[in-house]
Amino acid sequence: MTEKKTIAAISTPMGTGGVGIIRISGENAFEICDKVFKSFSGKTLADSEGYRAHYGRIFDGENAVDEAICIVFRAPHSYTGENVVEINCHGGIFLTKKILRLVFENGASPAAPGEFTKRAFLNGKMDLSKAEGVMTLISAQGEQGANAAYNLLEGSLSRKINEINSSLLSVAAHMAAWVDYPDDEIEEIDENNLRSTVENAKKEINTLLSRFDSGMAVTTGVDAAIVGKPNVGKSTLMNLLTGYDRSIVTSVEGTTRDVIEETVNLNGCILRLSDTAGMRETGDEVEKIGVDRSRKKLERSAVIFAVFDLSRELSEEDMELIELCEGRTVIPIINKTDLEKRADISVIENKLGKCVAISAKDGEGYDELCETVATLIGTKDFDTSAAMLANERQRICCETALASLNEAFEAIDFGLTLDAIGVCIDGAIAALLELTGQKASEAVVDEVFKQFCVGK
Amino acid sequence: MEYFAKKYQVIVIGAGHAGIEAGLASARLGCDTCVFTINLDWVGNMACNPSIGGTSKGHLVREIDALGGEMGKAADANTLQSRILNLGKGPAVHSLRAQIDRRLYSDYMKHIMELQDNIDLRQAEIVDIKQLEDGTWQVKTHLEAIYTADCVILATGTFLAGKVYVGDVSYESGPDGMFPAKKLGESLKELGLPTRRFKTGTPSRVNRKTVDFSKLEIQEGDEHVVPFSFDCNCEVKNKLPCYITYTNLETKDIIMQNLHRSPLYGGKIDGVGPRYCPSIEDKIVRFAEKERHQIFIEPCGENTEELYLQGLSSSLPEDVQLKFLRSIPGLENVETMRTAYAIEYDCVDPLSLKASLEFNDFSGLFGAGQFNGSSGYEEAAAQGLVAGINAAHKIQGKEPLILERSGSYIGTLIDDLVTKGCSDPYRMMTSRSEYRLLLRQDNADRRLTPIGYEIGLISEERYQKYLKKLELIDIEKKRVQSTVISPSEAINELLVSRETSALNTGVRLSELLKRPQLNYDLLEPFDTARPPLPREIFEQVEIDTKYEGYIKRQQAQVDEMHRLEVKKLPEDTDYSTIHGLRLEAREKLAKIRPHNIGQASRISGVSPSDISVLLIYLEKECRND
Repeated sequence: MTEKKTIAAISTPMGTGGVGIIRISGENAFEICDKVFKSFSGKTLADSEGYRAHYGRIFDGENAVDEAICIVFRAPHSYTGENVVEINCHGGIFLTKKILRLVFENGASPAAPGEFTKRAFLNGKMDLSKAEGVMTLISAQGEQGANAAYNLLEGSLSRKINEINSSLLSVAAHMAAWVDYPDDEIEEIDENNLRSTVENAKKEINTLLSRFDSGMAVTTGVDAAIVGKPNVGKSTLMNLLTGYDRSIVTSVEGTTRDVIEETVNLNGCILRLSDTAGMRETGDEVEKIGVDRSRKKLERSAVIFAVFDLSRELSEEDMELIELCEGRTVIPIINKTDLEKRADISVIENKLGKCVAISAKDGEGYDELCETVATLIGTKDFDTSAAMLANERQRICCETALASLNEAFEAIDFGLTLDAIGVCIDGAIAALLELTGQKASEAVVDEVFKQFCVGK
Repeated sequence: MEYFAKKYQVIVIGAGHAGIEAGLASARLGCDTCVFTINLDWVGNMACNPSIGGTSKGHLVREIDALGGEMGKAADANTLQSRILNLGKGPAVHSLRAQIDRRLYSDYMKHIMELQDNIDLRQAEIVDIKQLEDGTWQVKTHLEAIYTADCVILATGTFLAGKVYVGDVSYESGPDGMFPAKKLGESLKELGLPTRRFKTGTPSRVNRKTVDFSKLEIQEGDEHVVPFSFDCNCEVKNKLPCYITYTNLETKDIIMQNLHRSPLYGGKIDGVGPRYCPSIEDKIVRFAEKERHQIFIEPCGENTEELYLQGLSSSLPEDVQLKFLRSIPGLENVETMRTAYAIEYDCVDPLSLKASLEFNDFSGLFGAGQFNGSSGYEEAAAQGLVAGINAAHKIQGKEPLILERSGSYIGTLIDDLVTKGCSDPYRMMTSRSEYRLLLRQDNADRRLTPIGYEIGLISEERYQKYLKKLELIDIEKKRVQSTVISPSEAINELLVSRETSALNTGVRLSELLKRPQLNYDLLEPFDTARPPLPREIFEQVEIDTKYEGYIKRQQAQVDEMHRLEVKKLPEDTDYSTIHGLRLEAREKLAKIRPHNIGQASRISGVSPSDISVLLIYLEKECRND
């Protein structure tokens, strides 16, 4: 099963951090690593048992580059199911990249995106739901996201699903026993009980679904656009949020001519932020293209930061923006609190809700803005230890289950016979079990014999 | 001394419910067939309850009939009492059950087989079976006659290495005091079939004259009897009632005090018993809080006083049995005619079978019925029919008949057996079918008769009758959809009395039929142009109309599954060389050898990722070709 090629990659996020990890996987992982790593004990990794950590130094030829700990995993007892070494070195882009390059020079190939997981997957190390959890884990950019992805692996989602399912199974088994053993004095299902079970299951699934978007915001981030007429301070806000001079700021209207993008982490909430060209009628051809792009960005973003200048009276362009933002997920921002107030905020607040007042230039109102973002996206009180759907596949399973339960409900209301209702509940059970990778087939039958004294 | 007796195309070992259908199907499809049985006086014996049908089993019987099998007709001809169970619980779970005169049923089946062209029916115990070098099979009888055949169907029921237990007494025996097939069991083990021990049991039979009926509830048959067969020309009538009584705390005490004398609780029986058919001692132990258990007293025939006590299967010693029987109201002075017993027998792990019921590893060898790990007459007959058809198809070089899960309970039954296997005797249940709104007993002909006709088990005359029925359903459906019922005082009075909303404007008859509170009969006075049609036509139109949305939804699921069912996995697929399959999946796939991706997806231990891998593999193979 082991693929010929040995692959390597940095498996910690790029950036400054205390520790960086380079993972090497494949048939020759130990031999390759032995060429760059010498342990203080003198033992080679090729001779090491699995699950052992070795302390030593990384060498570039004769020169020691860094101190490191190498952890050895022997096939098949590793993440990928192959021979794996994880080099724990000191973090930092420069150092980790240099060590990785050394590993490549000694025979490893760069890992394609997701290739470790793919190998783990192809080597039978994980089922579908776990693979998806790991993939989320990899792409999760914030700390919160990593925690939520980890919980999926640990099974808080499985536990939640099993909890919902067991009540449905119990009802389905009761119906099955009642139908399949008419001679066995099985009580008829109480309609109120049936209703409340379906109702509860619906509620639980709805909770999972409602947490999905917040969960996605925590793990992969949401698109957000900063929009407004020229010179209201969009780029200054961008720079405030990114923490450095990402956008060029001048007092000249129309300085930002194209969309500038950056991912930022606002107190655990990840935004893929776009600074856009100020929206106005313009004769400048280049600026015009930029304005068009701004409008498109505004249309496509999940969250809009609509920026207004407190020091100027609201103009026609401001009113147009208010119109564009109505009904959207929008945070109206009043910039330049450091200047004299001239704009009538109530006009904005009537249409778009409460404004956040800031001075992008000196950072005033930053905390309030972060708070507002977190509340709006739902990450503020997001409990990363609670069950969470990690991806679209899981969300679709939940939606299917919910649709089945709604149909069951309609059938009950319509007064249809229990065979039709039972099929709907079975459908919900099957969808929920699919989510955790189990098979529905025997579940109901097993439950019948557990719960009921039936048979000739 | 051994001697060569005769060559056949198909040999069936066993003339129980599976063997009968297998032999008849094979012969009717033109194969020279021999059916062997240990005792010709009990062809199609009902060794347990004297009834056919019941929940989901009734469905099976109707499906067997729709495909051209015999069971439904035999049951109709020998019915003592008939009922449709689960009325009011929805058409998907309506199930026909009939009490049967078991002696007459047996005679009927024996006679049908005797009259059938291409069948030799022989009383002989088969003691040896082997495959010859040319691939044909050879069997030997206890009288040392040698017979050969292209295909052999094993339908040995509970005879194979059978052993009966009553308390601390046990002895080698087949059911109902017949000989067991001991040597055949050894021969099959030598052949290398993966056999195992299962267990089942049956209650006592008592004499009617010793029962006090004044203390029993009576249970009559249905006023309007519906036959099993879609092709029934006789009128089926109720002849004898059933009775109901209950166990009580005294029964429970007697059993609890003597539990240590049960071979099951004493650890003497290794065989795995059916969960759905627990002995009375099982029920009392497992459901200790229940104060009473319902007992049905069923007639065994018109020419006998024997009564069957459904619900009292037991393997306790004879003296304990009599004691607990006499604690039950109505049975205070009862005299037992046959003692209840448990029987342990050899059967095969059905995972070693293909969906055609031929063995994966033994070309030309088929299994059917209890031998395959199932339980019940109907389950056995269904498999016998399919095995018989497929033996004939093999000989005639035709594709095997594999019924989809979505099309029948028979398909579901066989798919479950050969895909999931079974850890205790497998009984059909409606909850085993995910498509049960489609797989109703009322539409078994619409699902299967075209298949039966194509195979050649449904006559041209019967098929034409069936086509006529379809046409009538179609015409009536169109009429119902185009007929408008106007509001009137009379109809609104009816609607309000049925607790459904009154009419303000005219509404289509089909819309009214959709309402659960209404039906064809109730609407008759307002449906003035209704043509005089047989009841079953109205029934089909009403169900199709009422459950239209749900039927469509299930049909969509069927279509989705069908996309995987058409992706065939070649029989010679070497799963050990497919990269990416998890070890467990690889082992399971190699053992079960699914015939398509749909079946593979239902194997426990085969995950969606394995299925993706298989799909990629098939795609790859397909591109390579």
